[in-house]
Formats: sequence, structure tokens, C-alpha cells
Amino acid sequence: MSTRTLITVPPTARRGDVIEIRTLIGHPMEPGFRADTQGRQLPRDIIRRFACIYGSETVFRAELSPAIAANPFIAFHTVAQDSGTLTFLWEGDNGFSHSESVTLTVT
Amino acid sequence: MAADAAAPTRREALAAGLGLAASAWVRPAVARDSLAAAVAKFAAGTPVHEGKVAIEVAPLVENGNTVPIKVTVDSPMSAESHVQTIAIFNERNPLAEVATLHLGPRAGRASVSLRIRLADSQKLVAVARLSDGSLWSSTAEVIVTLAGCVEN
Repeated sequence: MSTRTLITVPPTARRGDVIEIRTLIGHPMEPGFRADTQGRQLPRDIIRRFACIYGSETVFRAELSPAIAANPFIAFHTVAQDSGTLTFLWEGDNGFSHSESVTLTVT
Repeated sequence: MAADAAAPTRREALAAGLGLAASAWVRPAVARDSLAAAVAKFAAGTPVHEGKVAIEVAPLVENGNTVPIKVTVDSPMSAESHVQTIAIFNERNPLAEVATLHLGPRAGRASVSLRIRLADSQKLVAVARLSDGSLWSSTAEVIVTLAGCVEN
């Protein structure tokens, strides 16, 4: 199953503008506290870390816990400085790793 | 009647049964840090002040499986004065931590939105560590009608 993401970044921004970035990734975020129909505990399977790298600098980073809802939604801000690539990175249990890139044009 | 003295009474049997059921459910909650302990661990001895932080969350939540929450910190977000970290804690989920968010002067605005799970009606605390090392916090009370995390 391929991982689906939804990333909202304004396509253009003026230098110095504060822009909002909204991200969503399809992931069950199994908390590890639930039991299946047989009463066995379902093992934890969550996204642990999220990062947004703008150019070469990490502008936002988050450590997540099982208390984050399924299909983690994270919205944050950054200052538009230079045209470039925003890379989003999700890492989690069972070797989960996914990255997406978005181009931002700064005028 | 003498034989009854050794046998568990109906009340005792019921209480034992309830206790067993309760311990099976409560186990993760007992193993977790209390809200105050979790905040103290994050603070690591630094005093935590009230203020500067705002938690935006609905006071009454129907579905604890996905609760929109927004944490905003009053900060100029400049190179000299900015928010470094925001940590969010809960009172009654199986684990005290919700998320730890790392910002910096490049964030521009200290405002982060998430969707979280709440296992019960409870208190949420957000603690922000500023670039000068001071800690500021805010609390929000949420009533949850359908619990997330453990059930469903």
C-alpha cells in the first residue's frame, strides 16, 4: 500500500512572509493499547518523528506519541526566505520512512 | 451459617471481580507518569510560569479519536527571542506525552495545529521553552464523550 500525503504550501510567497504549511499523511497510528477481537494486544505502529527541511535548514521538527490521531495532521509556519524546496520527512515504527518535496517560489 | 464465614460473600466476590476488571483496564494508566511528573521531567528543575501560551481546543469533544488542537505562543520569533520547544502533555491517556514540537527563529510564528487522541475527559498542558531558557505554560480542560486511544 502506497503512502498518501496531502501537503498545502502556498505556491508563491513574498520574501519575509510568514506562510502556513499544512501536512497530512495516511497512517493508522496504532497506539499499542488496543486489543483485537481475540483479546490480543495490537503492537504499536506509529510515526515517531516529523521534520520539515527548507533549503538546507530544518525549520520545524516534531516528536509524536500514540496520542496523535490516525493520519497525522500537522500545521505550522515558516518564513519565506528563498525560492527552494521544502522536504517533509516522516519516520516511525517498523522502519517506516516517507518523504515528500514541494517547491516554493519566493518573489 | 458457620460455613459461610469462610466462603466469600456476594459483595466480596463482586468487588474482586470489579477489581480484576479495573486492573486490566487501568494498567497502562498506572504505569504512566502523572501530568505533574511529566511536566516536571520536561522542565528539569526550571520554574514553569503561567501565561504566554494558548491552547485552542473545543471544551466539549464528541469523538476522542481525533481532536483538533492549536497551540500558540506569544513570541516575536526573532533570532534573539523565539520559542525553541513546545511540549504537550495530557492527564489521563495511557501515556502522558502528546507531542514535542521544535521550532526556531525560522518558524516566523509560534503556532502549531495537530489532531490528537483523548482517552477521557481530562486536562491538557502545553509548556513552551523560550530561547532565554524560561518555561511558560497553559492548561485546557476538555470533556470527551467518546473515548479514543484504548477503545473502538
